[in-house]
Amino acid sequence: MSKTKSRNIFIGVCVIPALILMVIFMFIPTFEVFRMSLYRWGGFSNTQQFVGLDNFRLLWNDMNFIRSFQNSILLIVVVAILTFIFAVFFAAILTKEKVRGGNFFRVIFYIPNILSIVVIAGIFSAIYDPSNGLLNSVLGMFQLDTFQQMWLGDQKIVIYSLAGALVWQAIGYYMVMYMSSMASIPASFYEAASLEGASKLKQFTSITLPLIWNNIRTTLTFYIISTINLSFLLVKALTGGGPDGSTEVFLSYMYDQAYGNSTFGYGMAIGVVVFIFSFTLAAIVSHITKRDVLEY
Amino acid sequence: MKDSKERSTDALYKLFIYVALITLAVSIVIPVAWVFLAAIKENVEFYGSPWSLPHGFHFQNFIEAFQEARMGEYLFNSIMVTVLALFILLVIALPAAYVLSRFSFRGNKLLNMIVKAGLFINVSYITVPIFLMLLDLDMGLKSLIDNGFLLNNRAVLALVYAATALPFTIYLLSSYFQTLPSDFEEAASIDGAGYYRTMFSIMLPMAMPSIVIVILFNFLLFWNEYIMALTLMPGGNQTLPVGLLNLMAAERSAVNYGPMYAGMVIVMLPTLILYIIVQKRLTQGMTVGGVKG
Repeated sequence: MSKTKSRNIFIGVCVIPALILMVIFMFIPTFEVFRMSLYRWGGFSNTQQFVGLDNFRLLWNDMNFIRSFQNSILLIVVVAILTFIFAVFFAAILTKEKVRGGNFFRVIFYIPNILSIVVIAGIFSAIYDPSNGLLNSVLGMFQLDTFQQMWLGDQKIVIYSLAGALVWQAIGYYMVMYMSSMASIPASFYEAASLEGASKLKQFTSITLPLIWNNIRTTLTFYIISTINLSFLLVKALTGGGPDGSTEVFLSYMYDQAYGNSTFGYGMAIGVVVFIFSFTLAAIVSHITKRDVLEY
Repeated sequence: MKDSKERSTDALYKLFIYVALITLAVSIVIPVAWVFLAAIKENVEFYGSPWSLPHGFHFQNFIEAFQEARMGEYLFNSIMVTVLALFILLVIALPAAYVLSRFSFRGNKLLNMIVKAGLFINVSYITVPIFLMLLDLDMGLKSLIDNGFLLNNRAVLALVYAATALPFTIYLLSSYFQTLPSDFEEAASIDGAGYYRTMFSIMLPMAMPSIVIVILFNFLLFWNEYIMALTLMPGGNQTLPVGLLNLMAAERSAVNYGPMYAGMVIVMLPTLILYIIVQKRLTQGMTVGGVKG
């Protein structure tokens, strides 16, 4: 057997199983999402009928879909802003200040990220319970009874309750990411700045933020994609879309239509819209945050 | 010299920092610890203040969770699926990552692009198409051999987990293989070692640090995953998170809280123990991969 032939066989043996698995379980299903969105399938009939863009036209007038759209966008904006502020703040403290027990705090803050979403849903249904939940009882202790709420029962509040759980889950993860890029900024920059009399806030805005900007841009994309995904998983486990559809988000509506309702074509059309929406949004955000990379 | 005014704002700033740190730490530790305490409470204790400590160690909750809610069976399923998925993943991803990062051949660029494209495919989107595909194949099998076995099958779930984790794992491993110097392969080749020997006895052992990170990440991913397990296992063989979901729904309507919290402890205890052992590696490794599920 020639050398090149045995080399080619080796390459094939190593690569082909991975390729086959990815094609069967990732690329064909993705293609199917797009293909099925063009068919009327499920519901009353079990036959696939090609209907072109009809499913998308229906979506346009579906008030439930519009509401899930609004809820998702609200969650993306609120969760991204709050998580970003908290994560950058705590990352800056833990890297720049000589905090006692810094390592301990880092370990604690990362814990929510290793818990299953189902467990997080269980924890937050205990926190948000209206009669003897942790949050309402803490508010009662501090004589703040007026702030006590039906956290998961009030249609106006419940979406922010979800946002709270998502932020709680995400802070530690992003904090660790920001910490690693902050740690690589040379200490001499801060020494020079503080000799010049720059305040801590000034140092933060003119040294730290610009130098970790690229890392922040990457995480902005993560915020969009992971909020869409995690809000689905949390809604499914915590509220089931209720009360009365007020916490329905993008993918939970897709899942209910496709799997719960068996209207596969319509459900997949929702998937296509969400897919395109998330990539467009990520591209726009990444474009408008583009700055020249600072070398140091 | 700092004057006293400056020193007092410094002290105030320090105080503010510690208050912020402790607030967040408390908001994480208290709810998690509360679940552990609630898991050993008797049912009547849930009607008083949520802050009362458990009167005793009510181990009955765990027995009820294991026997009546079948969490023991689900635990076994979860272990099976996670171990099998990790095994399949490593066996397939390691050689692929090695070849893709260290061999040049026709199609290498294309394959690397396929892996990168795979990073963008989120499992939540393709759950239903995978379900339909397996359902279809099951129908075909039924007409052929009178028995469809692809749904409700732990091995199939493990295979799906491994397949959907491939892009991230290959990406992470290849970026590690790329950093290794090529001297080792040249030396091995001069000594007469074939491609397979070189890979198994020289390159893979050197990749140990990144293999450990891959195992950690994917263990957490597979152990905690529920939407795929829920969809592909409608009729049995459920994993722990799906079992917990059922348990939560059942116990809430039956107003029987103890076993529910016991179930939550059963699900999160293994991940917490693992995290405490390896937390340093995990948070360091994360910056290598940097992809969020």
